[in-house]
Amino acid sequence: MAYKIISSQCTACSACEPECPNVAIYEKDGTFVINPKKCTECIGYFDDAQCVAVCPVDNTCVIDTSYPRYQAA
Amino acid sequence: MLEQNQTAPLEEVMQQIAEHKGCGTSSEGGKASCGSSSAPEDMAPEVWEKVKNHPCYSEEAHHHYARMHVAVAPACNIQCNYCNRKYDCANESRPGVVSEKLTPEQASKKVLAVASTIPQMTVLGIAGPGDPLANPEKTFKTFELIYKAAPDIKLCLSTNGLALPDHVETIKSFNVDHVTITINMVDPEVGQHIYPWIFWKHKRVTGIEAARILTERQMLGLEMLTAAGILCKVNSVMIPGINDKHLVEVNRAVKSRGAFLHNIMPLISAPEHGTVFGLNGQRGPTAQELKALQDSCEGEMNMMRHCRQCRADAVGLLGEDRSAEFTTEKIMEMDVQYDIEKRRAYQEIVEQDRQEKVAAKNAELLELEEEYSEVKILVAVATKGSGRINEHFGHAQEFQIYEVGTGGSKFVGHRRVDLYCQGGYGEEDTLPTVIRAINDCVAVFVAKIGGCPKDELKAAGIDPVDKYAHEFIEQSAVRYFKEYLGRIKSGEIVHVDRGDADIRQGAYIAA
Repeated sequence: MAYKIISSQCTACSACEPECPNVAIYEKDGTFVINPKKCTECIGYFDDAQCVAVCPVDNTCVIDTSYPRYQAA
Repeated sequence: MLEQNQTAPLEEVMQQIAEHKGCGTSSEGGKASCGSSSAPEDMAPEVWEKVKNHPCYSEEAHHHYARMHVAVAPACNIQCNYCNRKYDCANESRPGVVSEKLTPEQASKKVLAVASTIPQMTVLGIAGPGDPLANPEKTFKTFELIYKAAPDIKLCLSTNGLALPDHVETIKSFNVDHVTITINMVDPEVGQHIYPWIFWKHKRVTGIEAARILTERQMLGLEMLTAAGILCKVNSVMIPGINDKHLVEVNRAVKSRGAFLHNIMPLISAPEHGTVFGLNGQRGPTAQELKALQDSCEGEMNMMRHCRQCRADAVGLLGEDRSAEFTTEKIMEMDVQYDIEKRRAYQEIVEQDRQEKVAAKNAELLELEEEYSEVKILVAVATKGSGRINEHFGHAQEFQIYEVGTGGSKFVGHRRVDLYCQGGYGEEDTLPTVIRAINDCVAVFVAKIGGCPKDELKAAGIDPVDKYAHEFIEQSAVRYFKEYLGRIKSGEIVHVDRGDADIRQGAYIAA
């Protein structure tokens, strides 16, 4: 799985972008999005998903269940 | 005193002149006021140089000099219960209005465009809408570009302090002279009710631990700024029942660490802003509660009372907002010629007028020297700036409040109101809210006022005064006070306590 950003709740504050250890977050059409191919759920980097921890609007960065769970190499 | 016909053209040319009174301080209580453009007795000349044209650091300068904020810093590293990040920061911005985000390059262009249009714009601040130091690259890139293009503009920033100790050296290297830290508590027990969480070392930290880390970082940052010779203003949001009594302790803590100015602001918490405090019914202070706290903290510390809690992209004099003239779309079309000499020449005229204004007030005060009375009154003033009574009652979007006694006059605050007069007709519904906003005042000084509001003000016990139209505010206030004392002595009036007044919540300008 990977994280995704619910765009209707995103304030485009950009706080998540520099925190992502995988450089998976970018701005698109006025809000931020996560590239699911790059997202590792921060496994191997931090105990908590950084985008979730820094986001000012709760329940905006959430697990995208349409992707399989990330497996650390 | 200038004759009216001499002053009118000057007003048209600019919205400035300037006496100087130090920095939001009074002429009473041990903080000497300074009546000229030379440094006041209680202030080092180098400090004076830094504040004399800074509208936020000097109450007197705010009548004449303008500032602007550029919204290049949207990210934040903490969450505050008075702020709703889904819109904007309620205590820094007009609530519910989303700022236009700018890149550093756009911000630089905007600053030059504004500086060329408004020559009394002397200060550029970065105040969010998040935390400038949670966006260090964008913040410092903006400073770098502006410093190169417009070296006469003072740079400042406003931060929650969490990341401050990591950046003091960089701040110093960009010649940033002024830093504001928002400090609402020095006790984590209090802080846990204000800050739900902070983002710290790659973790979200909550509760007392979050507040403990935040206060440690704020105090360390303040000490480092003081050691680096950077002037520091401390902003505190007054939240009744949560930190109102505690702010006296905050005042002592920041004073002892070298803060230059303390700005205690009322909580803004209308439910429609969607903040935690707004939604749970936490009230803001009344005008007299705020004034009493500011008065109790005033002593050796300068208190700021002229803060308008402006938005993170504000442009213009404090109390006016010209940001709509400078949208990205408009500034990209502007052909900007930055002329530093023209700006300097313009500001020199201000300095001459500034001294004239002080002389007028001092001359008036001389006549009060022999008098002593316990009586102090508040007067509300309709002004467009320049330290003069030059606004119609019905056009005023705010009233400035002056306290006058035999010790002199001082600015003690301002009250936002909705326009009473729209399109030439008095709006009946708004007059009671205007009266509630200035209910603690004995008189309201205006350039002009209609017969109907005049009668209603009188009925509410507020004296509508238009005889000082276009004259200097403080000189007129002292003159009015002399007459007031005379009327008490003659038995014509009895001085009574005027009670309290409302602080306007919600948007600055009615939609």
